[in-house]
Amino acid sequence: MNAFQQYFYDLAQTHPKWNFIYFYDPVQAWRVADGLWMTIQLSVICVIFSVIIGVVGAWAQGAHSKTLRLVMQGYIQFFRNTPPLVQLMFFYFALGQFTPTYAPDGWVEVPIISNVGWAIISLSFFAGAFNVEIFRAGIEAVPESTQEAAEALGMNRLQIYVYIVLPLAFRVSLPALNNNLVNLVKTTTQALAIAVPELLYQMISIYNDYSTAQNACMLFLFFAYFLLVGILVLGMSRWERGMRIPGYGA
Amino acid sequence: MTNSDWTPDQPLVSIKDVHKSFGDLEVLKGVSLDVRQGEVICIIGPSGSGKSTLIRCVNALNTIDSGSIKVEGIEVNDPDLDKLELRKNVGMVFQQYNLFPHKTALENVMMAPIKVLKQSAEEVEERAHALIKRVNLVGKENSYPGELSGGQQQRVAIARSLAMNPDVMLFDEVTAALDPETVNEVLLAIKDLAQDGMTCILVTHEMGFAREVADHIYFTDRGIIVEHGPPATFFTEATDPRTQEFLSQIL
Repeated sequence: MNAFQQYFYDLAQTHPKWNFIYFYDPVQAWRVADGLWMTIQLSVICVIFSVIIGVVGAWAQGAHSKTLRLVMQGYIQFFRNTPPLVQLMFFYFALGQFTPTYAPDGWVEVPIISNVGWAIISLSFFAGAFNVEIFRAGIEAVPESTQEAAEALGMNRLQIYVYIVLPLAFRVSLPALNNNLVNLVKTTTQALAIAVPELLYQMISIYNDYSTAQNACMLFLFFAYFLLVGILVLGMSRWERGMRIPGYGA
Repeated sequence: MTNSDWTPDQPLVSIKDVHKSFGDLEVLKGVSLDVRQGEVICIIGPSGSGKSTLIRCVNALNTIDSGSIKVEGIEVNDPDLDKLELRKNVGMVFQQYNLFPHKTALENVMMAPIKVLKQSAEEVEERAHALIKRVNLVGKENSYPGELSGGQQQRVAIARSLAMNPDVMLFDEVTAALDPETVNEVLLAIKDLAQDGMTCILVTHEMGFAREVADHIYFTDRGIIVEHGPPATFFTEATDPRTQEFLSQIL
């Protein structure tokens, strides 16, 4: 045990309510690291998928097909008006029953979509529903007259969308997108309900095994999410600044 | 798709008996006029008389209900109209400039020739620099529209339109949104174009300017052309009471 580990080991002996077990017990330290890594993976993958869903969905909402628009509207209403925890449980416990299984070792049948898979699907669609609305608002903020000028220069619908509407809409959307992605990262904790071994799941496991570690685990959770979301917000606002157009918008 | 029957001695833009309604409101009630190559015409008249609608129909931003508009023999009132072919020949400048706010002045000018006409970037850039110089904006190439004054933005918009090498330019009340002190720089740019032989159709409220540059002036009211003539006679010998009333209010 090095001095750092020794210090926290001694602290746990003298103050049993402050057992920072993950600082001196390598097994618990690995559980924290695994949880953190799972949370980061879950966050990054869901952020990417939800943004893709947002862009495609916003396009679909402006489509000519009435059926397509209705389907989008139904999707948004469903995911926006129900709790993400219920969605997670519905996907995993209800839909999970109908997914095909396979036997990797020739004996045990496992579903082709794991609980992590369902968490990614469910959380991406949850945040994606909000992203659709965010991007749609951004697209609506691009003045008709700017698009008309592009039209008068001979651009077709696709060129106007790609070169004029999207770059402007995206800038308008960034602050709201920022908020929604922060929410998404925090909502990944709810994957706990379907036993995804993310950070909250691991921390609870630790203090279930070592009840004296409860306070220390809570503290770590606050610290970790504060930092994770902080990094996301910092990155997003840097991006926002980088894309800012001199003399345009706020 | 250019009509092979068209020759430069025929009118470049030929408008015949054009009708256009927005819902129940009929804004154009049978307008006809011809614009020959190199001619500058000004359309004047009170607000809501259909001036802007008329020139927006010329490059198919608005469709017409009946009648005919031909630009170099291309019929605009044709369901199979090749809008790109039409708009390559017709440039338009708007009242609110409508520059692309996320592009610099130079990029605004270069965008359409590169994306629409697929011309090489180097060649277009050279031309864009010349156009920026022509509208007297050297040094502002890398400024974004938000950093430019209204008059400067409008001159970038003119250069952007010219970059497509159009045969006719439409100006839709291009000085109406400008501060009085910047109106002149825009008018000078247009005058320079007109003197260079560019065919221009202007909707304007600048009577002094119309008198100076126009070859022909049309006065519209409530969807029809009430009176027209060359500026020398139009302002002094207007006979219709509506024209007289309008002129007396404005001059």
